[in-house]
Amino acid sequence: MADNKPIDNVMKKPRRKTRLLELRADIPAGLYFAAGASFIGAFFLIWLLLTSFGLVPPLFLPGPQAVWMELVRQIGEGILGQDVAASLYRITLGWLVSTLLALPIGILMGNFKFFEGLLEPFIDLVRYMPAVAFVPLTILWTGVDDGQKILILFIGTFFQEVLMIMDNVKSVPREMIEVSSTFGLSRWEILYHVILRYALPGIWDTFRITLGWAWTYLVVAELVAAKIGLGYRIMRAQRFLQTESIILGILVIGLLGLLTDMAFKFAYKRLFRWMARKG
Amino acid sequence: MTEPLLEMNNIWVKFTPSKRPEVVAVEDASISVRENEFVSLIGPSGCGKSTLLRAAAGLEIPSSGEITVDGQPVDGPGADRGMVFQAYTLFPWLTVSENIRFALKKTSLTSAEKDDRVREYIRLIGLEGFENSYPNQLSGGMRQRVAIARALVYRPKILLMDEPFGALDAQTRLLMQELLLQVWENHRSTVLFVTHDVEEAILLSDRILVMTALPGKIKAEIMIDLPRPRSIIEMESSSQFAAYKKQLLELVREEARKSFSRIPDKREA
Repeated sequence: MADNKPIDNVMKKPRRKTRLLELRADIPAGLYFAAGASFIGAFFLIWLLLTSFGLVPPLFLPGPQAVWMELVRQIGEGILGQDVAASLYRITLGWLVSTLLALPIGILMGNFKFFEGLLEPFIDLVRYMPAVAFVPLTILWTGVDDGQKILILFIGTFFQEVLMIMDNVKSVPREMIEVSSTFGLSRWEILYHVILRYALPGIWDTFRITLGWAWTYLVVAELVAAKIGLGYRIMRAQRFLQTESIILGILVIGLLGLLTDMAFKFAYKRLFRWMARKG
Repeated sequence: MTEPLLEMNNIWVKFTPSKRPEVVAVEDASISVRENEFVSLIGPSGCGKSTLLRAAAGLEIPSSGEITVDGQPVDGPGADRGMVFQAYTLFPWLTVSENIRFALKKTSLTSAEKDDRVREYIRLIGLEGFENSYPNQLSGGMRQRVAIARALVYRPKILLMDEPFGALDAQTRLLMQELLLQVWENHRSTVLFVTHDVEEAILLSDRILVMTALPGKIKAEIMIDLPRPRSIIEMESSSQFAAYKKQLLELVREEARKSFSRIPDKREA
């Protein structure tokens, strides 16, 4: 793009035509957010249009208004609050139990080849087993109370989480561990002060991702023998063909999942300021 | 002449990668470094010079041979030997002064003494004003300066440097060499320095050991009898420097050619 005209305005930013679809190029922040917002807007608009002109029968796809009415009804009757509380409790506990076990085990596996050799083959085997297939077994083992739901969420989360934490721990460069040993630190001091410190942002991201997975296992967990819960509400609505209730349940689960994800991302930025390139 | 501070006698280091033949990285190498001496190990890449240095640090266990520091046998890494790597090893979650202070964790200094010591070494590497910066905010040269300060701050008996300027651009490299030269000439300490850069080795060293291509043996020992304080500018026009350079380049090139015409080994020794 040679320009033979004399440069008379040096301060002016070089003007090059910015193409929208330039490889890897940045686009204005406003455009970025506007694009995302209008896509969601368009989604709801198409939904509204499809349903209000009777293109799709309400039984298959009720309109946004019907879902809204269902939301108002469920809030009014106190059903939604009850369901959200029950599901949140199960997810939090299932994920917490999974994390409390995955953290020490993953740390051991990532640092000591013995534990990796001992546990990885077994974990690799179990993690491909579908959590939903464990539903009958878990009922047999733990009955039909919250314990069974929590166990399903645990099975769905733990075996992936432990391997991810192992990888997080392994990401510490060898030289960083070696240089720490030249300061006279013991193995355990290096593990605590260097390896865990270095791996923490990655582990935090693993927390965020696995909690998201726990949300997706909710319906499976509340498939059988539940009396309340967002997943249960969806299964029940299926029986009575209350399509608007199904859609409401899906939207609420999606929204709550998104909120927890955002909370973790927000905390990440707060906790790991040193990750930022410019402080 | 003082007693050798670091002594490595008849060191052999062998690796046995799984399902592949044994690799002899270091073959019967003997080195001694006297107190306050600056010794460089040079040789073609993959010749085992880093392995030998890592053995001195206690990070690699020799298959046979003995290593002593100040008469004490080496059986693992310890605070009597400081190490600077080519790769960036600063802790990204700590600021410049916290990184340097970290190396004092196991010393018996009081908190105030540690603060003084950290300040002293930040001044030494010329990074005043960057005390509270995180490594991510520093250039490569600055990071290596902090790594050097961190390796010196607890006053190890010997400083082991494994191509510390290898990842830096040519300009920064020259400045870092000048800085190290100045620090060393003002605060004599014992250094064993690994590099493949002949000029760097001559500029800095009292003595240079040339290693052969794999298996790494000590091939030649050259005393660098150039007056100190030295400077890069003076060296450029010194005929003595040019003579050393020619002699060393010939020695290294001969070995480099040997390893060049051989099937490369995965293990970068």
